[in-house]
Amino acid sequence: MERRDRILLIVIALLAILAVYVDLNIDHPAWLENLLVWQPEGARKIAIRYGLDLRGGLKVSLVADVPEGQQVDRVSMETARQIVENRVNGLGLAETIVQIQGGHRIIVELPGIDDPELAIEIIRGTAQLEFVDAGYVPLMKGTVVTTTLGGPRLSKSPVGATPVTPEATPTLSLGPATVVTETAPTTPTVPSNVYETILTGADLDQVGLDRDNLGYFIPFRLKAEAADKFAQYTASHVGQYLCIVLDKEVISCPQIQEAIPGGDGRITLGDATYQEARGLAIQLHYGALPVPLRVETATTVGPTLGEISVEKSIRAGIIGLSIVLLFMLVYYRILGGMADLALLLYAALNLALYKLVPVTLTLPGIAGFLLSAGMAVDANILVFERMKEELRAGRSLRAAMEVGFRRAWTSIRDSQVSILIACTVLYLFGTNFGASMVKGFAITLAIGTVINLFTAIAVTRTLLRVLFRLTGNWLQSRRWLLSV
Amino acid sequence: MFDLIEKRRWFFTISAILILLSVGMLVLTQVRFGMPLRLAVDFTGGSLFVLHFDGPATEPAIQAVFAANDLPETIIQRLGRPEDNTWQVRTREVTPEQVRAIFSDLAEQVAPVDRDLSTYESVSPIVGGEVTRAAGIALAVAAIIIVGFIWWSFRRVPHSVRYGASAVAAMFHALIIVIGFYALMGLLQGWEVDALFLTAVLTVTSFSVQDTIVMFDRIRENIFRYREEPLERIANRSILETIHRSLATQLNAMFVMIAIILFGGETIRPFIATMLTGMLVGTYSSFGVAVPLVVAWEQAIERRSRKAKVL
Repeated sequence: MERRDRILLIVIALLAILAVYVDLNIDHPAWLENLLVWQPEGARKIAIRYGLDLRGGLKVSLVADVPEGQQVDRVSMETARQIVENRVNGLGLAETIVQIQGGHRIIVELPGIDDPELAIEIIRGTAQLEFVDAGYVPLMKGTVVTTTLGGPRLSKSPVGATPVTPEATPTLSLGPATVVTETAPTTPTVPSNVYETILTGADLDQVGLDRDNLGYFIPFRLKAEAADKFAQYTASHVGQYLCIVLDKEVISCPQIQEAIPGGDGRITLGDATYQEARGLAIQLHYGALPVPLRVETATTVGPTLGEISVEKSIRAGIIGLSIVLLFMLVYYRILGGMADLALLLYAALNLALYKLVPVTLTLPGIAGFLLSAGMAVDANILVFERMKEELRAGRSLRAAMEVGFRRAWTSIRDSQVSILIACTVLYLFGTNFGASMVKGFAITLAIGTVINLFTAIAVTRTLLRVLFRLTGNWLQSRRWLLSV
Repeated sequence: MFDLIEKRRWFFTISAILILLSVGMLVLTQVRFGMPLRLAVDFTGGSLFVLHFDGPATEPAIQAVFAANDLPETIIQRLGRPEDNTWQVRTREVTPEQVRAIFSDLAEQVAPVDRDLSTYESVSPIVGGEVTRAAGIALAVAAIIIVGFIWWSFRRVPHSVRYGASAVAAMFHALIIVIGFYALMGLLQGWEVDALFLTAVLTVTSFSVQDTIVMFDRIRENIFRYREEPLERIANRSILETIHRSLATQLNAMFVMIAIILFGGETIRPFIATMLTGMLVGTYSSFGVAVPLVVAWEQAIERRSRKAKVL
């Protein structure tokens, strides 16, 4: 055995072992999963990710509802995404996805949801801004509360309100001469679950952002009608907390410093960063979303339906690939046997990559993989047909094989290139308007095509070289084994 | 040697008939549905429900529930076997309130819907136009790249224009027949053109062009090897030499596709079936259209130059 072949054989064997190990449906050690540094921290795992069509759930695509041609700036889009994500988090689901796509679209994926209609209503609804009466107990930022105002209730089980630490307390006051009070409630108690709504976003007239030597503050002006109500309320509640709640989530909980007549007030933010202050100002200003969002598409898939699809695909895949393996063995005998080994390695490598990258598998994605496996033997067939011609022409086994691989190379290269071109077009098409089906197919087909170059050429050739060296003359005289 | 090229008139006749039938299907769809292909909600906007009932349902009963919820225009179809109790309903875009009302009304008046086995998709009509444009661009880009690829592959062959043009003609020939097949299935089974259909068409086009290129490759090689032979024989020889490879590859891909069609999920059946058809038609158009066209082209020019000499 030549040195190079021996090394290649060892590399192939190691790869095969590694791939099979990754493919195994076992709990892989945590340190190993943590080596996958390209996956987001905390979510590193060696597992197949199924798309919504296979696990069931809701997918909503929201688009910025602006006149044609008008651009949406990235900051507004990001703020909108953040708000949508907050709303989605309120649903208490695991593994949700909220991402911006193509500049003016937000894709929301909610696997395993019970009530998709409610979720759509919550996601698309205009966010509700409220000022709620929290009494003497400030609420921690991020607390989800129930208020006296109707409208979408985010969480089915409101989180018990948690009192905040005094340092973080912003204040609410009339004029510029605000003093941040350090007084905190002495005995924090868990307040009752329903808070009274004093004002809503609709009562706000103007909102700004400014800073002084104490940090950022948000000046605001109320509409005339609300101003009176606010004046009365603040006068009788000095020292208490008035929490700003967006979509039932507390975003800030200032303390009332003094009575605020005339409707002009400010929210002092203390040590908030510019980003935080600006974010809050935006949320107050727009009442909700910095850009209006419209539900563009909504798709729901029943979870059982997804399970059935996975089962059926696996069964179809095993049947289809078994026939391919059998066909190659019967048609090309010992050559086919080697191609079969390469094909099995091909399948193992693909699955391993899906787990490691990770690739989210959709139904068309599985079809793309199966199809690429069916096509994977194409390269081998090209080589074997050439080999047989050369053998008939009287060449020796080894010479025929080398010529076969060399001559077939251009055809193989061309066919792979054209498939990859098609995949690229499909991928771009799929990405640009959120057709994740198309994207899934393009990705698995492309990965398969590239892996195939390795298995069908390097692996099969090495296996054949080693085989021919070991069996040499014996095989040369038994041509039926080579199907010549 | 079995002579395929000699029978090219047969092939041309078969192809002409298939193309005519395909165009006929498109016309028929146009007459029945007002568009040459039935477009899915991805393109037109609207909603598509796949409802799995716990008991038997009827079309008028389902229709009545949708109409009562302000959705008078519906296209309702049964999916699978009658005992599956699965129905597909297409209508205009629905709101979550409507969906909720529809599901509760269906449970009362028809049969309870098993949400775990049902799906629905709702697309706003505005997005439809955008998707259609994106699809058009994707197809145009793909076509340009494929034609460019063909041109590049044949840049060194004598009369490369003939090969390129024949390959492109064969490609369109395959494309028309695949679209015709889909239109037929649209009429029979209610298949609708969605993003996956475009995917299938693009994939298959690149595969079938590949097939043509492999055959032309062999012709290029054989032209130099058998200099004394006429093109007709060389072409035939090349087809026979490469058809093994074509058929073996197709067979393997076909095994997988047929397995998916028979045992795989119903949702991707049209997708895979389109690819299977495309693959068959693609292979056929390689040896039945592309290569014979090149031969016919050469002979037509020869005949003309012979005539010129006689005169």
